[in-house]
Amino acid sequence: MSNVGECMMELSGDERRVDSRTIYVGHQSGPTNEAFIPPKFCDNRIVSSKYTVWNFLPKNLFEQFRRIANFYFLIIFLVQVIVDTPTSPVTSGLPLFFVITVTAIKQGYEDWLRHKADNEVNKYPVTVLEDGRRIRKESEKIKVGDVVEVEEDETFPCDLILLQSTRDDGTCFVTTASLDGESNHKTHYTVPDIETDLEALSATIECEQPQPDLYKFVGRMQIHKNNQDPTVRSLGPENLLLKGATLKNTQKIHGVAVYTGMETKMALNYQGKSQKRSAVEKSINAFLLVYLCILVSKALVCTTLKYVWQSKPGQDEPWYNEKTQREKDTNQYLKMFTDFLSFMVLFNFIIPVSMYVTVEMQKFLGSFFIAWDKDFYDPEIKEGALVNTSDLNEELGQVEYVFTDKTGTLTQNNMEFIECCIDGIQYSPRDRSIEMDVTDGPVSKLQQRAGREMEELFLRALCLCHTVQVKESTGQDQDQVDGHVDQVDGLGVDEVLDESQEQIGFIASSPDEVALVKGAMRYGFRFLGLESKTMKILNRNNDVEMYDLLHVLNFDPVRRRMSVIVRSGSGDTLLFCKGADSSIFPRVKKEEVERIRMHVERNATEGYRTLCVAYKYLCEDEYAQVDAELREARLALQDRDEKLMAVYNQVETGMSLIGATAVEDRLQEEAAETMEALQGAGIKVWVLTGDKMETAKSTCYACRLFQRSTELLELTVRTLEDGGRRREERLHELLIEYHKKAVQDAPPVKAGVRRSWASTNQDYGFIIDGASLSMVFNSSSDSSSSNYKNLFLQICQNCTAVLCCRMAPLQKAQIVKMVKNSKGSPITLSIGDGANDVSMILEAHVGIGIKGKEGRQAVRNSDYAIPKLKHLKKLLLAHGHLYYVRIAHLVQYFFYKNLCFILPQFLYQFFCGYSQQPLYDAAYLTMYNICFTSMPILAYSLLEQHISIDALLDKATLYREIGKNAMLRWGPFLYWTLLGIFHGVVFFFGVRLLFSNPALQDNGQVFGNWSYGTIVFTVLVFTVTLKLALDTRHWTWINHFVIWGSLAFYVFFSFFWGGIIWPFMSQQRLYFVFANMLSSVSAWLVIILLILLSLLPEILFVVFHKPRSHHARQVISQCLLPAACSAVMPTAFACLGECSTSEHPNLCA
Amino acid sequence: MMASSYNAKEEDGHHSGAATHGVVGAAKSKKPDNTAFKQQRLPAWQPILTAGTVLPAFFVIGLIFIPIGIGLYVTSNNIKEFEIDYTGADINSPCYNCAQNLSWNSTSQCHCSLNFTLTQPFESTVFMYYGLSNFYQNHRRYVKSRDDSQLNGDVSSLMDPNKECEPYRKNDGLPIAPCGAIANSLFNDTLTLYYIDSNGTKNPVSMVKKGIAWWTDKHVKFRNPGANDNLTVAFQGTTKPINWRNPVYELDPSDPDNNGFINEDLIVWMRTAALPTFRKLYRIIQKKSGTTPTLSSGNYLLNITYNYPVLSFAGHKRMILSTISWMGGKNPFLGIAYMTVGSICFFLGVVLLIIHHKYDTRNTSADIPN
Repeated sequence: MSNVGECMMELSGDERRVDSRTIYVGHQSGPTNEAFIPPKFCDNRIVSSKYTVWNFLPKNLFEQFRRIANFYFLIIFLVQVIVDTPTSPVTSGLPLFFVITVTAIKQGYEDWLRHKADNEVNKYPVTVLEDGRRIRKESEKIKVGDVVEVEEDETFPCDLILLQSTRDDGTCFVTTASLDGESNHKTHYTVPDIETDLEALSATIECEQPQPDLYKFVGRMQIHKNNQDPTVRSLGPENLLLKGATLKNTQKIHGVAVYTGMETKMALNYQGKSQKRSAVEKSINAFLLVYLCILVSKALVCTTLKYVWQSKPGQDEPWYNEKTQREKDTNQYLKMFTDFLSFMVLFNFIIPVSMYVTVEMQKFLGSFFIAWDKDFYDPEIKEGALVNTSDLNEELGQVEYVFTDKTGTLTQNNMEFIECCIDGIQYSPRDRSIEMDVTDGPVSKLQQRAGREMEELFLRALCLCHTVQVKESTGQDQDQVDGHVDQVDGLGVDEVLDESQEQIGFIASSPDEVALVKGAMRYGFRFLGLESKTMKILNRNNDVEMYDLLHVLNFDPVRRRMSVIVRSGSGDTLLFCKGADSSIFPRVKKEEVERIRMHVERNATEGYRTLCVAYKYLCEDEYAQVDAELREARLALQDRDEKLMAVYNQVETGMSLIGATAVEDRLQEEAAETMEALQGAGIKVWVLTGDKMETAKSTCYACRLFQRSTELLELTVRTLEDGGRRREERLHELLIEYHKKAVQDAPPVKAGVRRSWASTNQDYGFIIDGASLSMVFNSSSDSSSSNYKNLFLQICQNCTAVLCCRMAPLQKAQIVKMVKNSKGSPITLSIGDGANDVSMILEAHVGIGIKGKEGRQAVRNSDYAIPKLKHLKKLLLAHGHLYYVRIAHLVQYFFYKNLCFILPQFLYQFFCGYSQQPLYDAAYLTMYNICFTSMPILAYSLLEQHISIDALLDKATLYREIGKNAMLRWGPFLYWTLLGIFHGVVFFFGVRLLFSNPALQDNGQVFGNWSYGTIVFTVLVFTVTLKLALDTRHWTWINHFVIWGSLAFYVFFSFFWGGIIWPFMSQQRLYFVFANMLSSVSAWLVIILLILLSLLPEILFVVFHKPRSHHARQVISQCLLPAACSAVMPTAFACLGECSTSEHPNLCA
Repeated sequence: MMASSYNAKEEDGHHSGAATHGVVGAAKSKKPDNTAFKQQRLPAWQPILTAGTVLPAFFVIGLIFIPIGIGLYVTSNNIKEFEIDYTGADINSPCYNCAQNLSWNSTSQCHCSLNFTLTQPFESTVFMYYGLSNFYQNHRRYVKSRDDSQLNGDVSSLMDPNKECEPYRKNDGLPIAPCGAIANSLFNDTLTLYYIDSNGTKNPVSMVKKGIAWWTDKHVKFRNPGANDNLTVAFQGTTKPINWRNPVYELDPSDPDNNGFINEDLIVWMRTAALPTFRKLYRIIQKKSGTTPTLSSGNYLLNITYNYPVLSFAGHKRMILSTISWMGGKNPFLGIAYMTVGSICFFLGVVLLIIHHKYDTRNTSADIPN
């Protein structure tokens, strides 16, 4: 612990916070004689555990009592211990103790697991080179600067700079499966110019301070050779081996530790996500507040009345009931205060400890059903759904906005090369006529053909301009799971290829690239692989062409293109560039654009992803200059990215356009059905994508988010530039116009969110792009900015679907945040599969990750992960709906059952001189919530299906009925509270009237106060349990067992509790009370009567309410007509009940 | 809360299997089991309460409850009950003097008698109750002021009563047996009943004091301390409650087995009443053999040894004579309640039937166009 503390101090302490750290490789100081002060870094111990044996108890208790509920119960307990209260401290102490212990055990166990995991990591033996010797050490002893040896299939013990690899080309392969889930092999490179003899190596590394971004690293290495000027090499993420990654396909590597222990990127990445809280939890807290008020006012009323009552002569201290000396001596005001506290304690059961336990249990156990659902199992990736948090189950039933990514989410991210266009002429490999004729080249049905030279140049560009790797170990299945590996499929042309070649697989960071390389292969150009900076291509004549790979200008989402600079065998230096049309067109000659633009746009409207390919020759001088600039930029420690970007932009100009490609990204299975279901459920779907508008729009049409009848409102750069005026003015104008159309002219829709069943309204779809969005958000004049935002929001809220294209990841989050914070704070859900979706997944109320092809980052940051988009439908419509209904019912029921539990006790005060005499025995007080009534509701809240899952999936509109927290609004809450009051009053006064003559047995003997309490309690337990039974629509054997079992247990327990003279109890209050009660016919009759009377209104409501029969639906639809509604429900009270039982809250409203 | 944000599994790169926990581990590796439970497809009974199913229920409930209610009401009405207030708060009352001059310290006992007439004969066994009102036996301070282990015969508790008995725990340094406010305020009026026959003779009505307390209380819950048969010895070292005239072992001079903690009057008193107005069983007048009524109609004299003060807290004392049925004492509430609820159910059944019928026809007519 102390070590971590130190590290944290180092990180946070201001004076120590320098921009970079200096590391002496192998702890050898530089050649200069300056005093060598080894800088202090933290050691390589990973501490993920929170507690040690010593601090577990105090720390854990402290953390638990920080929760308000626990603290409240602790206070109540302490009051009971200190003040003379009606109930013994055990009654509230025992449940509290139980809760605290269970939580502590759970947390302790989890921490023990972490300790175990920590130890496993920390004690793992590693080999460190020290003074030329190999020394075995425990992993935690590694210090920054140590040279560490790692063998194949071992994980790296800390973040290392790769110095040496056994592979000839100075590379090593790494899989980061445990870091981000990507199981493909990544290549990392040794620092160039390192001597083979590491012992003699004298070098220092300067690198940035630890930061959590896994994919960023900048550093510089100075290598000192005997008295020469030190050579400087730049270090990037490709040199850095991350702790937690595993070495593959490489025998052995040596690396120098740069970040250790809690400073490794992996450790920094696990600093926890912010806790998301569900709307239900907020409702619970609001209700708690109400009940707290009820509690306090009850106590106040009782205290006041007590003193009023006592002021009458003879009441305070009659001769038969004198006070003790101590009581007489107590100060009057202190006595009042303790009386108040005593009443609080007496009524404190109205806020039950057990509700928190039950809610937690319900959430925890309930989430298993998601993970267990076999419908979420995807045979392709052999995984089911994943639940990262169980706190948000019910939120799935409350979603109003779904923000979805396009690529990989709506679409499969499984790219297929569709066609290309070379020099304005279309080639489509789908045509059967493309026989590979070597002399003729690719033939299309079109008469025209581009020049052979152009064709080949284009294909070479496709073969060269990428970062694809050829998968080495062919025939092994182990990587088949990995989405990036794509076997060549047996379409058309491939039949010509050799069997052996067909086995070749490609690995790339983006599936587009694989599709392109495979596309080129269909036309006879085959990429054979990259070996030590040489790319090999098998051309149509089966000759191998060699190209030296000079530079890769990596892809990034801002530039939206990538380039390579290669030197051909003939010595020409070429730059090939491919990228989005918008980023290529401005960089090529105007006249070339026109021929190709048409194709690109046509392809885009068909929903294909288009890329343009361009090239240029670099002469020697040019190249030399570019080379120098690139190298310089790469060495920069600060702002490296910006500098590189500037160079890239400068190089990628003046190119010639060769052609364009079209790659199809097929829709996910059942994407359209899913979207339709979501819209049917009243959920608004917004598509947020980085893709271009045309492609995204066509995807939206394909997914039926936009219908033919949908009128599209566009707010894009294109529409803004129409009219030739300033963009801001145009923006203003358009916003006003759209607002008028979509908001003002639209007939007012009730409650804002719900669309009526048969809406005759015009549907609107809204399209906005990133540039326009940033204008809306950062409008030049501050005053209008918020105004624009409002207009924009209002328009969007009135549209059935919204498409935001060309979004940067941060903008996605911005949009989610805007909607989240808008009026009525709707519940938002983000779904995505890639790293670019993480920000919006974290921002939304519920984040869903798709176990897609773009790595595991989305899944890791999500709350729930599902294998496919289509699973979202069941997750929301079935699981979400059920979880919401279950937990809402659970919460309401808990408050209800404790209200009617405590109300008789409150009423009893009026008959016992406000003396805080409890009505029930202490055992009943304690056991009521723990044993007698807890299991049925837990079973209900886990198993209830008030509507069958199939029906929920079948009829998406059912989802609307629980929207806007329908079951936990004040209406239903009031209903339950009134029900609780009604029951409490019935219980108490029913028995009160019976006891007007307490001779209830046939032998003339009389019953006392404990019999009174026991009769009330028996009625209570039975009524409350049977009320739940009435609400249960889905009786499995578990429900039967638990409901009847609870009642049987109550009877059994009562017999047992009253059957023995308990040696340790000072009072034998209940001795044979229960048995005697049962021997009285009157008691039986009154119990039956009161139970029936209490449930009578409930049964009535259920009848009117008629859940899911076919019959019932018609009642509901009739209910929409006010006349029918009033006819079916003769009384206002019935209508209240109908609405409040909340199946159809909005219908009769 | 359950899914920890800092997942131990992801933490260790080496052997992830060892540290999986929670949902994460369960879902990861294998295909979910296709069991009915896990797929939420357990066979289930899905009751649908519709007007069709509930209507008969309402009628059935109505048809069952109304007769029960009538039966209860008739039974209750057939119970003979006679009640007489002998508090003596009224100046005309024979007990007025006793009530006024009462003090705990007086050695002489005050007697008073009340005449009353039973218009109807009491046929079966008659139970005599005493009733108190505005007496808070259910006051918390009062309810807890007892020591059940002392009453159960525990010797150590006998000599050192529970603290809850304060301020009736010790007197002059000696432990009080039985301790506490309840025992201290034991009802100590003596009620005797005389039948005055036509020639004015007073015939005492014989009353039984056995069987007025719960059997389990008498035989299990209350026990005299020690194995000693001689109660005087067993209670040596204790003192009587302050308000008592006799020590606990001399409560019933007539029956040596009814002394000590197992005195039935004490046991009945110790079962604290639920409400401030209550009655407690005092004596039983056994049914005579043959057809003679237990108490024939006529004039009676109630003789009271007036010991128990109630005026100080505005209380009242009553004597109640009552016969008992299978449902206990006289109480019309149950009968009325059953009849009411039964009628409501029946009425609702009718209303529902009408609504159901009406709306059903509308429904079918609405269906026809489809």
